[in-house]
Amino acid sequence: MSIVIDVRNLNFSFSHDAQALPVLKNVTISIQKGEIVIMTGPSGSGKTTFLTIVGGLRQAFDGSVEVLGQQLINSSDQVKVSIRQQTGYIFQQHNLLKSLTAQQNVSMTLEMFNTMTERERLEHAAQMLKAVGLDDRLDHKPDQLSGGQRQRVSIARALVGQPKIILADEPTASLDKQSGQEAVGILKRLAKESGASILLVTHDYRILDIADRVVELEDGIIRNA
Amino acid sequence: MNMLSWCYFPARLAWRQLFHDRTKLVAAIAGVLFACILVFMQLGFRDSLYASAVSAPTKLSGDLFLMHKQSEAMWRPVSFNRNELLRTLGHPAVAEVAPLYLGLAPFKNIETQTKRTLMVYGFDPDAELFDVDSVRSKRHELRLKDTVMFDEFSRPEFGPMRALLEAGRTETEINDYKIGVIGLFRLGVSFAADGNVVTSDLNFMRIFPGRHPGDIDMGVIKLYPGASLEQVQADLAERLNEFVNIFTFSELLGYEKNYWANTAPIGFIFGFGTVMGLVVGLVIVYQILFTDIVNHRYEFATLKAMGYKQSYFVRLVFATAFFLAVLGFIPGLVLSISLYHLAESQMFMPMPMTFGKAINVFFFILSMCFIAGFLAIRKLKDANPADMF
Repeated sequence: MSIVIDVRNLNFSFSHDAQALPVLKNVTISIQKGEIVIMTGPSGSGKTTFLTIVGGLRQAFDGSVEVLGQQLINSSDQVKVSIRQQTGYIFQQHNLLKSLTAQQNVSMTLEMFNTMTERERLEHAAQMLKAVGLDDRLDHKPDQLSGGQRQRVSIARALVGQPKIILADEPTASLDKQSGQEAVGILKRLAKESGASILLVTHDYRILDIADRVVELEDGIIRNA
Repeated sequence: MNMLSWCYFPARLAWRQLFHDRTKLVAAIAGVLFACILVFMQLGFRDSLYASAVSAPTKLSGDLFLMHKQSEAMWRPVSFNRNELLRTLGHPAVAEVAPLYLGLAPFKNIETQTKRTLMVYGFDPDAELFDVDSVRSKRHELRLKDTVMFDEFSRPEFGPMRALLEAGRTETEINDYKIGVIGLFRLGVSFAADGNVVTSDLNFMRIFPGRHPGDIDMGVIKLYPGASLEQVQADLAERLNEFVNIFTFSELLGYEKNYWANTAPIGFIFGFGTVMGLVVGLVIVYQILFTDIVNHRYEFATLKAMGYKQSYFVRLVFATAFFLAVLGFIPGLVLSISLYHLAESQMFMPMPMTFGKAINVFFFILSMCFIAGFLAIRKLKDANPADMF
């Protein structure tokens, strides 16, 4: 099994001040290809910060963060953009584009690469939406969808580019129990089908059962649960 | 990524975002439309002013024109001695010369008896100074004592002259001197004069008893065919007194136009109005684009987290600016055309919507929107995914 995320001795704080409180302390974790890892912990423990560093959204300076073979510590914008493009990111809020239909939203991931024709893009998007059970909602805009449906569209958007890594930040936070479990169930099924790894941070203990491994982050320190 | 999709994708998203919120779109278009109409009207008035300023000289037929150097424009001439003009006859290329007398005087409306100032042109009818057929055909009648011809394109406050003439009511007064109107011609009003009449040089002296035939306001010189205009102009300029300007036809038009553009600050006023219109439009469009970025900052941050580059959003903002420019310009042009017609009917001055003017204004509006876009893109850096999620 190959390692897709390899984090060693990562330290992070929000300012360069020596006295600043560190958010992440000496974090070391590696995630295998196809593995589903859930990171739990109380709010303020640094989970989201960790996720944004791994996803190339935030610059870290100390330690080693290798994602898909690229070093993200002190990296250039180019490296970060390349990691973002190879990663599917699922947000706490669905973060769909209000002006676009479900199908167009999903298609936005493919537009970035421009390797397909418009028809192929829309077809792929439609297939992906079918896989998340929304084949009858292709032309609905976000405000015509329920919370669970929106989150499923955003899962489809994250997965349609066939990323090797999926990063999810509290994907069930704004959903009720049933639609939350439905959403992560779909996420797990599709990730297993395509062999993608998932790093999911949450403090929703109802969904821990989908994980291969659960780690706990508390005050910036990893504890294996 | 090829050039087409480089522009097309952000432009398509910009278009979809614009049309998602119709109310805001209408407000945004109204802002651009407002600027558009403001600029069109200012330029329309300015060009109309220039066109009317030269309406009289364009009908003059002659090769070279003498004017006193202190004459700022034809409507406020400073007289000079007729001998200046007669001296030019000494040049072998000069065929004939004719003096033109100009004066503003009150004209009494035949119906209402109210008086309003118009421009009186006096010249020897045989000299055919005015290149207007109706004037030329009446040159013998104009020789008669106390006769004038009236400009049909004068403002209506002078009375419905055509109907009055047909009814045989031709008697009225200019400068409190009784005259008879023997016919109509077409010239057009200007900012200086609401109406025009032409008369013979002798009648001119009768209307203006204080004037002397020896003091002329303009001298018109006609050359023999084949003479070199520039050469004769240079020769005459040497011989003439230093207080006299000698103009070619196009120089005369330029001189008249320049008076309104620069000496009378009217050109500046309309230029200033144009700039103000564009500045107001700039502020409006900037506000629109700015709030647009603020409203979409979560969406932009999301796209950035997915791997979209900063330049994509810059293109998106400029595409939005471009669409606003086009969507505001089209109704702005249509409305301005009808406003031009309205203004023409009220001012009795030509106000044409030319293709060149439309293109000019479109580029003004486009630049205005692009500058607004350029100012607004600084706001894009707020859409930073690390700070939002």
